[in-house]
Amino acid sequence: MSLEQFKNRNVGTQNYTKVDVGSKPETAMEKFAQVAKRTVKGELFVGLWVTLREMINTLVKGQRHTVKYPFEKMPISPRYRAIHDMLRLLESGDYRCIGCGLCEKICISNCISMDTRYDENQRKEVSEYTINFGRCIFCGYCAEVCPELAIVHGPRYENASEQRAGFSLFEDMLTPIDKLNLQQEYDGFGAVSPNADENIKQTPLAY
Amino acid sequence: METTLVENLPEVTALGVIIKAVIILAVISAIAGFGTFIERKVLAFMQRRLGPMHVGPYGLLQIAADGIKLFTKEDIIPQNANKLIFMIAPIITAATAFIALSAVPVFPDFTIPAFIPLLGGTFVPSIASDLNIGILFVLGMMAAGLYGPLLAGMSQANKWGIIGAARTAVQFLSYEVVTGLSILAPIMLVGSLSFVDFNEAQAGGIGSWLIWQQPVAFVLFLIAGFAETNRTPFDLLEHEAEVVSGYATEYSGMRWGMFFIGEYANMITVAIIASIVFLGGFDAAGAFGWLFIILKIAFFFFLMLWVRASWPHIRPDQLMWLCWKVLMPIAMINILITAIVIMV
Repeated sequence: MSLEQFKNRNVGTQNYTKVDVGSKPETAMEKFAQVAKRTVKGELFVGLWVTLREMINTLVKGQRHTVKYPFEKMPISPRYRAIHDMLRLLESGDYRCIGCGLCEKICISNCISMDTRYDENQRKEVSEYTINFGRCIFCGYCAEVCPELAIVHGPRYENASEQRAGFSLFEDMLTPIDKLNLQQEYDGFGAVSPNADENIKQTPLAY
Repeated sequence: METTLVENLPEVTALGVIIKAVIILAVISAIAGFGTFIERKVLAFMQRRLGPMHVGPYGLLQIAADGIKLFTKEDIIPQNANKLIFMIAPIITAATAFIALSAVPVFPDFTIPAFIPLLGGTFVPSIASDLNIGILFVLGMMAAGLYGPLLAGMSQANKWGIIGAARTAVQFLSYEVVTGLSILAPIMLVGSLSFVDFNEAQAGGIGSWLIWQQPVAFVLFLIAGFAETNRTPFDLLEHEAEVVSGYATEYSGMRWGMFFIGEYANMITVAIIASIVFLGGFDAAGAFGWLFIILKIAFFFFLMLWVRASWPHIRPDQLMWLCWKVLMPIAMINILITAIVIMV
């Protein structure tokens, strides 16, 4: 199929269908008739009823949209990319990070810096790990590239700070050892939000 | 009719009138402050919001917070402003609004109990001054109130203020005509300018309310009342989207607050006039007569907020068109028809 018909931007030469908006009043009599018709028609009361209906809905049915934010919070999507978490292995309680350095490598804003060394068992351990959240753009590449699901995005989105550079240490992001049973897996991209069922509405078949 | 009423009541002393004036000033100021809270709540509910919630239970103490803010805010007078007029203008708005209320019956009359020292036994009338030209006086005072925004806008050396002042002159002067003409037809029917006479003329229950005889005048008065109190479909004086804040652009603190106390007092005045002239006023015989007029006034107050949530602003040229080409001719025709009916 040729794209010619879509490239032609000259309005008026294609098959546009004009929406019927009625005719503008020309003579003084027609103008007067329009004013009189609109005066008697009661369109203004339709508007009044809309706001009154919403007031009744708000007060009686409790349909209000305000979330009293610091006291109430909306459930965030599991795809949401907030402050990173470092997860532990559930069995041993050790951290999952194997010090491969892929997250540091892939980070496009160069905000992750890490250093590793061999411990006494000749296993790699993370000696330094910081993320500069002043630089981090929360793109999610680090969580995506991690082969061990060690660095993930957590639910903490309240990250306002007084300084431009806000460093987070490995220990700060690591799941506390006594809260290991509360550790959440990161559902990641494509996951549905926890309240997805409530948000589903029946799609109307006709307008 | 009037004489019996006066004979039954104790003598009105100067002390009683002063007490009444203080009561009006205190209570209407408080209601005006509370009105801002009600307005924010009603608008919020109509837009599916909650409105002020954090200061006190359901945000009730928001009035106190706003009041403290208004009173303690710095009173800035612009460098090039005409200082005297700039300082006087808000007082004109607030003062005329309260002077208008002096000729309107607000709250029932009562006698201060005798055991209270100094003031005991003083009779406090329901009207601070029961003028026999009450309606004329109230309309005149509300018309004089236009000097507030007018002088405020012109004195502040600000272009938005100038536009606001020009719109004040245009809007208030035009709608003064419609208010006067629309209320003239009920005055012709009742044959008096006193609010008490209006109340007594409609004493026979809902069927005798003047709204059934003068529906057109009622609608015209309501429209003009919205324009005179600077409420939403006609709030061109300080329409934020067009002229920042119009005449109130350079005002801050309590001077700004006085404009809005005046505006809310005017809203109450218009609601009282509409209730008494068209909706039967208070029932002097029944024990709950005062409750009914308060309900009527509350309905008109709510209507003003309701309309603000529902309808868009109109343009200044549409405002002028509506006033001079639609409302004024209809008002004139209404007066003519009323006159013919009275003559026949």
